Amino acid sequence: MLHENIKKKECVTCGCGLCCTKIQDLSVTRNHIEILKDVDLHIHCGDLTAIIGLNGAGKSTLLKAILGEIPHTGELTFLDADNRHTRRPVIGYVPQKLDFDYGSPVSVQDVFAAVHTNKPVWFSHSKKIRERAYESLTSVQAAHLINRRLGALSGGELQRVMLALALDPKPDLLLLDEPVSGIDNNGLKLFYKTVSDLRENYDLSIILVSHDFNLVAQYADRVIFLNDKIVACSGTPEEVFSDQKVIDAFGMKIIKPPGNSGGADN
Amino acid sequence: MPSLYRLIDILLPYEWAHHVFMKNALLGVLLVAPIFGLLGTMIVNNRMAFFADALGHSALTGIAVGVIIGMDNPFWSMLCFSILLTIAITIVNNANTASTDTIIGVFSSTAVALGIAILSMRGGFNKYSVYLIGNLLSISSTDLIMLAIVLVIVIILWTTVFNKLLLVSINQSLASSRRINVNFYKYLFTLTMAVIVTISIQWVGILIISSLLVLPAAAARNIAQNMRQYHIYSVSIAIISGLSGLILSYFLGTASGATIVLISAIFFLATLGLRFSFNN
Repeated sequence: MLHENIKKKECVTCGCGLCCTKIQDLSVTRNHIEILKDVDLHIHCGDLTAIIGLNGAGKSTLLKAILGEIPHTGELTFLDADNRHTRRPVIGYVPQKLDFDYGSPVSVQDVFAAVHTNKPVWFSHSKKIRERAYESLTSVQAAHLINRRLGALSGGELQRVMLALALDPKPDLLLLDEPVSGIDNNGLKLFYKTVSDLRENYDLSIILVSHDFNLVAQYADRVIFLNDKIVACSGTPEEVFSDQKVIDAFGMKIIKPPGNSGGADN
Repeated sequence: MPSLYRLIDILLPYEWAHHVFMKNALLGVLLVAPIFGLLGTMIVNNRMAFFADALGHSALTGIAVGVIIGMDNPFWSMLCFSILLTIAITIVNNANTASTDTIIGVFSSTAVALGIAILSMRGGFNKYSVYLIGNLLSISSTDLIMLAIVLVIVIILWTTVFNKLLLVSINQSLASSRRINVNFYKYLFTLTMAVIVTISIQWVGILIISSLLVLPAAAARNIAQNMRQYHIYSVSIAIISGLSGLILSYFLGTASGATIVLISAIFFLATLGLRFSFNN
């Protein structure tokens, strides 16, 4: 089994001196229905791991379990460079689609202040908090949005604001849930460019849930195919996209050879 | 208290302000309006207007339970029942069996039916109708002290945990990723709401309490661009419509709570108009 081989390889690389995030035997059961079963993931810093799967395969559930939002069994540990348990990982999360009230009078600045301080945002924003938000937003080219209402942003703008928010404080693990939905092509390119810059400049692991196989093939180091509650196969994009189970699930036509994937940029 | 009354006499040398019940009502409005204005911002953000309505209705059952036990003042049975209802609705809602509005609807109408059935048992429903409409003019000076305490509690909550409540209301997953205990803050807010609705119901009335909670915030939302403006507008609209509604009701001989709601509704329409003209 391909899956087994990958697991063995992980164990060998464990002592490579990189920090990593380990998920062991993670299972989720809701309303007596098993949604995820014995998911094992091992993610090194600097890696971008993409999760693919059909609708309802449990991709978003996996992210929510990692976040601690829904109850799960199994372990989630973050190990530092010496392979010691240090602390719970700092997790940055960019939701699939921020489901919020678009009419709400909450500004981008309000959200940043609410995250970074206990000083009530309805009172006022201190200069320090304003500068911190401005800096975060500048890093994703969104500084001009600081006083805009959250509900007035376009899909791409909102996605970048969420990314900026997820990056402060600097996370050990960045969870991106289908960040490509509802974004125009320019916004999409900018988002992926920002994400790949992050990998080069920071020491963080990225888990990306995506439907866009061209982008997955282009950017991901590893791909995990979730099917029927379990990790059905995992490995490099080439390995996974040539796996029979993946081809059966999605059909041949979606999975292009990796060489053509550059076409997504045009 | 007497010094407060003297202050009102100096500030408002009018005939209507001479009565002690009007002075108390005036002070009551000055305390209730900011509470409702602040609480309303979060109720509207959390889309809990219908839940506020259900809480108000459940007070009827609380009164009925109090009558059965033989309490003179049904306040504590009302409070216990609304807290129980809040917890029940939250638990059933978290189980994801039906949509939130269906669940609230089921609980709310069952509670009201139970309350009406018990209270009408001996044909004496009329004496409880004061709870339906409420009577701001019946506020006593001890009530005022209780309202002042509630206002202080709301202000303390709003200065200590508002940011957490806000994040939970924007998106729960986002709040979880920030290590915020979403359920704790959800319960904290809904229970605060339950307590405040129960305390104010005898003056404001079951039928209109949710409008009073929701209207100032809903009006403020039409024109606010950030949280600061939202709160300033909401509290201002609540106070202005509270005071003007009270005074107007004195001269028109109308129920004060209903008059206040009508003025808030005018604010809502006016700000809605402003919003449309901004957008075009």
